[in-house]
Amino acid sequence: MTALTTGGRLAASAPTSPARRRPARRRSGLAGYAFVAGYVVLLAAFGIFPTLYAIYLALTNDRGQFVGLGQFVKVVQDYRFGPAFADILVYLVMWLIILVVLTVVVAVILRSRVRPGLSAVFRFLFYVPGALAGVASVLVWLFMLDPGVSPVSGLLNALGFGTFSQVIAPGNLPVIFVLIAFWTGAGGWIVVMYGALNNIPDEILEAARMDGAGPWKSAWHIQIPMISKWIAYMTILAFAAGTQLFVEPQLLQSASLGRLNPTWSPNQLAYVLAFQFGDFNGAAAVSIFLLVIGLIGAGILVTRSGLFKVDEQ
Amino acid sequence: MTAVRSSPRRGRGTASGRGSRIASLLVVILILALLLVFFVLPVIWVVLAPTKTANELIDNPPLSFGSFANVGRAWGHLVTFQGGVLFLWLKNSAIYSGGSLILTLITSIPAGYALALTKFRGRKLLLTITLLVMIMPSASLVLPVFLELNLFGLIGTIWSIILPFSFFPFGVYLVYIYFATSLPQEMLEAARIDGANEWSVFTRIALPLAKPVVALVAFFSFVGNWNNFFLPYLVLPSSDQFPIQVGLNQLLSSTPSFNPVAGAGLNIQSPELALSIIVAILPVLIVFLFSQRALVSGMLAGATKG
Repeated sequence: MTALTTGGRLAASAPTSPARRRPARRRSGLAGYAFVAGYVVLLAAFGIFPTLYAIYLALTNDRGQFVGLGQFVKVVQDYRFGPAFADILVYLVMWLIILVVLTVVVAVILRSRVRPGLSAVFRFLFYVPGALAGVASVLVWLFMLDPGVSPVSGLLNALGFGTFSQVIAPGNLPVIFVLIAFWTGAGGWIVVMYGALNNIPDEILEAARMDGAGPWKSAWHIQIPMISKWIAYMTILAFAAGTQLFVEPQLLQSASLGRLNPTWSPNQLAYVLAFQFGDFNGAAAVSIFLLVIGLIGAGILVTRSGLFKVDEQ
Repeated sequence: MTAVRSSPRRGRGTASGRGSRIASLLVVILILALLLVFFVLPVIWVVLAPTKTANELIDNPPLSFGSFANVGRAWGHLVTFQGGVLFLWLKNSAIYSGGSLILTLITSIPAGYALALTKFRGRKLLLTITLLVMIMPSASLVLPVFLELNLFGLIGTIWSIILPFSFFPFGVYLVYIYFATSLPQEMLEAARIDGANEWSVFTRIALPLAKPVVALVAFFSFVGNWNNFFLPYLVLPSSDQFPIQVGLNQLLSSTPSFNPVAGAGLNIQSPELALSIIVAILPVLIVFLFSQRALVSGMLAGATKG
């Protein structure tokens, strides 16, 4: 999740067309290979080979015999498979709606309703919890959700939660994971959306103002449509990353003393298959499903968004 | 809240217009205030938690300050946990993220340079694959990488962490974008005409200009790897090899308020756990605080160009 959202953030700095004319040169050809060699070795070893090996495992059984799509059929029919993907779907719908609505609204507010200096302070404060991504954020939220110590225990009580185990009831898990994801990830996206809004020339907004459009109207009819590319970008990245949820449910499961479902998310299912049942082939099949989802998202972004022009030569 | 601008708009003066302006101002203030509390309150709570004892955490007001003596005591408990394993975990994290950072820089800077400024067969294919892998969630490759490491018997070695961590396509892409937009091809041509070979063109012209992007790649690589949990959790079997993130998980299962059975008599309670969170993220937080300004301005500068 971290690597991904930070990835998204920085790509904000990617200009749309880094291409430029290059005179043809023959001698830099070999040098080019030498320069990329180290990276290509890592790419082959930790990008391409593991993918191919996972595909191989998913198409064979534990004795190495080819079984066609047998492993995929097996894991899809596993009683834990459907619920795990259903859980993640519920989480994703909530997470994407909240992420898109709030980051865009807040970025618009910070861009056009707050003075630049104050806006920078807000952006910074929203961004800081990003440093706690991963295990630390889960631990922080375990405290926040424990009515015994939480600074918002009054709120938790008012919602009818008197104990920690009531808070982490299975029905609440998607909300809890959305809270954690928003706390660590939204600040960075607000920064990106703010940057995208900054790109809109002042004259356009000025013209809208002349025509009598108030700030909300300008936001809805001009600012938001003009950053729609970035909103799509954020949505796809957050979707792909969201399907991978592992740390949060895994830690919450151990903090719940095993009361929660250990295969809440698909990645947890792959983990349980591999580590508790020694079923590496089944685990590989589950991970292929997740890989394909990630690859589709990446493919759409690379080919359709126009944010990453490789170049035109 | 004078700092919040009232919206400049035409046609003011009607009572309903003023009413809706005030309403919209209130909405703005409400949204910002709620989010401010949401983002900042947990941070403040965690910073204050180690100043209290476990009982004070429950009985005293949540945002009250206890005493520095309590911090010292929590620290004492934390560092004696399993004979000082905390320092071992921090050292492991430093080795894993430091080692992979070095390998990432060594491989990604020349690769990004070559993709941007040299020509070779397969360049476009390599760039496209890099983009795809960079955008794919990194977690989606963790289980396949585990299966691969298992195949080659590398499970539990230091390389089973450092090598996968070193593979950082996003870093290559950052370097590619940087060189493609800020290093004119003509400079390289001039050096080549003067008889410089490709290696010295790279080391004498490109590398000295690469400092800003080196910092950027280093930041993202370090933060991502320091906070990584999934891969080390799968790959490292023994506690003395854990990075701090996996160590935190072990501390969590030793905390009686979350695990009454395992936690008995271990002295790891809520204040100790809160303190361990601070210790674990301190390096990342420091990097965050010091590079935030540069990073954000870099991002915005880039974004305004696009």
